[in-house]
Amino acid sequence: MLQIRGLTRRFGAKLAVDDVSLDVPAGQMVGVIGRSGAGKSTLLRLINRLLEANAGTIRYGSTDVTALKGRALRNWRTACAMIFQQFNLIPRLDVLTNVLIGRLNHRATLPSLLGLFTAAERAMALQALERFDLADVALVRADQISGGQMQRVAICRALLQEPRLILADEPIASLDPRNAEVVMEALRRINREDGLTVLCNLHHLDTARLYCDRIVGMQQGRIVFDGKPAELTADRVRDIYGASEDELRDDLAPKGSLAAA
Amino acid sequence: MSAIAAVEAQFRARRRARMLANLGYGGVLLLCLLISARVSEAYPGALAAGLPRVGEYFHKLLPALQWQHLLDGPKAEGSIAYWFYRLDSWSWLLFETSQMALLATLGGAVLAFALCFPAAANLAPNRLTYVCFRRLLELFRTVPDIVYALILVWAFGVGPLAGIMAIALHTVGALGKLFAEVVENADMRPWEGVRAAGGNWAQGVRYAILPQVVPNFLSYVLLRFEINVRGATVIGFVGAGGIGQELYQVISSNIYDEIGAIIVLIVLVVAVIDLLSEQLRTLATGKMAA
Repeated sequence: MLQIRGLTRRFGAKLAVDDVSLDVPAGQMVGVIGRSGAGKSTLLRLINRLLEANAGTIRYGSTDVTALKGRALRNWRTACAMIFQQFNLIPRLDVLTNVLIGRLNHRATLPSLLGLFTAAERAMALQALERFDLADVALVRADQISGGQMQRVAICRALLQEPRLILADEPIASLDPRNAEVVMEALRRINREDGLTVLCNLHHLDTARLYCDRIVGMQQGRIVFDGKPAELTADRVRDIYGASEDELRDDLAPKGSLAAA
Repeated sequence: MSAIAAVEAQFRARRRARMLANLGYGGVLLLCLLISARVSEAYPGALAAGLPRVGEYFHKLLPALQWQHLLDGPKAEGSIAYWFYRLDSWSWLLFETSQMALLATLGGAVLAFALCFPAAANLAPNRLTYVCFRRLLELFRTVPDIVYALILVWAFGVGPLAGIMAIALHTVGALGKLFAEVVENADMRPWEGVRAAGGNWAQGVRYAILPQVVPNFLSYVLLRFEINVRGATVIGFVGAGGIGQELYQVISSNIYDEIGAIIVLIVLVVAVIDLLSEQLRTLATGKMAA
């Protein structure tokens, strides 16, 4: 179980994450919603320790995540795999190698620097790729595939870390609706089949309602809603976004079509 | 209407201010130029007086070629072969010079490669590391290779080894800075991806940064090789090997036609190496950046 207590992070004078406390039981799929700048990304990055908190603690089981250093920190990052909005693959390397990046922390530094991965690891990577219909692009360079494929490659990379937790930061914000669906299905599949906890920042309420067991709403760095998708009523949406869902749709519609173009 | 007039007036005022500022900068620049000319004694009169003598020197360098003997053997006065009568030893010296440059470039590049990553602001683990490595590279760079050569000739004796080490030392600083700047321009999203997957610093460099920067590194190494070939031709002046040593001797003995012959050879070799290296550079950046 992931336990967050009083987590705070400032950027200059701005409080990006403000005294956030949250418990996430193992195996849950949680959607974090809120306007741009509500602190969703910062929260996820704090959990993965890509950012350092100004105050508060993060615990995972008996581990104090906020105090980890060096090898222990890298082990934690391996245990909570991150999925990025921009995929963060290495464009010049082939898909297979990109997936094998997930094994780096399982290898000694020297052989990994020489690009040596074991046949077992390659088989593991190919298995993951095959699971998400990507086996045929395994040897293609990562900048030659579509955005939807890139994000699924990123999910495969995450799986090779053998994580207990997946942190997905706007995983579908750069994708068209069809690819967004495929990627969300993939995330739910690893949640259901592999029993991984998934924490997922989302822009669209409908997506969050459809795929998540639980929804957390953030506004100005604070958690203002925490409940089941069914509890996310019109009033609560207005609390989170300062606008009704219909108004939001009107706002989002042109953006959505732009992203698809 | 009045709003338009107000914006127009504002626009004019701003343009006037900018023009005045430009005039001011121009004035300061002119003043600086005059001062530096005075300090360095770069007077127009001296320039006019000395210019014809440059031509005179070049005239002296010209060999006494004769049309009817132009293609005769090395014993016939006035033939090209007579002019280049020591072509064999000069060729060897030029080859030695290019090999000095090659070794120095490779050696310098290897060390620059090792030093450039902590000297890049985006990868240095902390500010102190960054500053230390940057200053270290500056230290290598600020001493001209000819000064290194003077010191090293004293230590290692007359010969190419001193020259190679001198050029290599300067190359470390020059290439290290350029490498670090290439690294600073790299896309950091792959880096974040590797680090977030639990990769350590070295693995991040190897997988996220290296694939992006290698083509530019190669291009800079080749460019540096071109510069070093030129540098290696003069470093012999202080006894550090190569064609420069020979050139210095014929210059100090006033053997004009030999000076001319050697300069022609140097220009030819440097031009050929430049052309080849340029081809390789476009190959490196073009193919791998595609």
